[in-house]
Amino acid sequence: MEFLGYQRHDGRVGIRNLILIFAVVECVEGIARRISEQVKSTVAVTHHYSCLHLGNEQVVNTMLGIAENPNIAGFILIGMGCEAFRAEIFSERLSKSGKPMEILGCREMGGLVRTIESGVEIARNMEGEISTQRRKPFALDHLVVAVKCGGSDATSGLAANASVGFAVDQLIKQGASVVFTEPIEAIGGETELYRRAAHESIRKRIEKVIVNEEKYWKMPGARMEFMCKGNIDGGLSSIEEKSLGALHKTGKSPIVGVLENSARKCERPTAPGLYFQDGTHLDAQAVTNLAAAGAQILVFTTGVGASFEGLITPTIRVCGNPTSFKKVKSDMDINAGTIIEGKESIEEVGSKIFREIIEVASGKKTKLEGLIPGVFDVLRPDPRLDMLAGISRRL
Amino acid sequence: MKIAMVMDPKDNVATLLSDVEKGETVQVRLGEESREEKVGEPIQFGHKFALKRIAKGENVVKYGEIIGRATQDVDTGYHVHVHNVESLRGRGDKR
Repeated sequence: MEFLGYQRHDGRVGIRNLILIFAVVECVEGIARRISEQVKSTVAVTHHYSCLHLGNEQVVNTMLGIAENPNIAGFILIGMGCEAFRAEIFSERLSKSGKPMEILGCREMGGLVRTIESGVEIARNMEGEISTQRRKPFALDHLVVAVKCGGSDATSGLAANASVGFAVDQLIKQGASVVFTEPIEAIGGETELYRRAAHESIRKRIEKVIVNEEKYWKMPGARMEFMCKGNIDGGLSSIEEKSLGALHKTGKSPIVGVLENSARKCERPTAPGLYFQDGTHLDAQAVTNLAAAGAQILVFTTGVGASFEGLITPTIRVCGNPTSFKKVKSDMDINAGTIIEGKESIEEVGSKIFREIIEVASGKKTKLEGLIPGVFDVLRPDPRLDMLAGISRRL
Repeated sequence: MKIAMVMDPKDNVATLLSDVEKGETVQVRLGEESREEKVGEPIQFGHKFALKRIAKGENVVKYGEIIGRATQDVDTGYHVHVHNVESLRGRGDKR
């Protein structure tokens, strides 16, 4: 099995050819957005953790991972010029990527309006430069697939996640890497995760991520809620039940690695197999983290019919509740509700998902791609809060 | 007949694949096996009912794992959900 992708200098393979416009500080975000509105292949991003560097190391690591994601063909970094969180922090490592890169300093360029004008021209030239690249066939060991769920209900463990799990096992058999995150949805599912750890050291790393997550939720100060209304209306009674259903989307393959995502580093898969990434369950931050770990594509499962499109990672949405599917059919890529209705088996829907992944990897647009802006947000746990709660992100 | 799924032989709850009325008999499936059970109250699609009496303080088991603890007695065939089950994990109020 092969897919058609774009070869990058570092040996990785993109499934989209995007130009990243990164406002390194939020005060220039508007410049990035205005440029992006005028140049089709671009995506504009920023973060909202101040213009300072110290304490923001995880933001740097995540953004390096995003810029190095193989779906990114080139990048433009924009700063104001007075920030400590400077574009130059990124440029040394990124200049080695072989991707076209430009740095724009707003003050130097004569202010916001001037920077938009020059930026549009620069982005158009870059778009021309990358437009000559052609897709070529690659084996699945060049594919990193992320899986995530949202708006889970009682059908999640029975249909959408179960069929995605089948596809995940097929992908891994063919040499792909698959990454899942959402540590909150490991709470209650430890027995299964520990059993699947490929090695004792991996079991320990999984345990550390889950213990950290539970410490975070147990922190005193305010009553926190971590089951949404849709989960409860849909029949899920506790985080434990939600977790056990959620884990079905990871299939039955052994877990070959746990990816650190911290102020120290943002790890990515180094060999085929299933990986657990430290991070979050929150959609925009999770999909950003997964893209930073090199995922080119996301498979998102839902019961209640929730959906979004990733900014960097085209997103295949799978709905397992037949009633929800009928309501939001135009958003959904795959109907797994047929499993609940007894019309199709988990294997049949799983095989469809597998084929859809290969097609989307090869250039087929997902149901929402290009129709709605993709979500993007950077997660940065506060290092001081982590210390107070006794959480160490070092695995 | 309407169907309810049991995920693991250790489970003391079944998940309904349809809305059911009070007194309705449903087919309870566990893998290839199935049996019949009467539901004691109207319960929605996707929600759970007790396969046997669950006493207050007893664990609720689904997928063969503990998903919470009963906060009151639940009779066979009755709805098991947030009104009579509490999570045991990640709670700042349970140290």
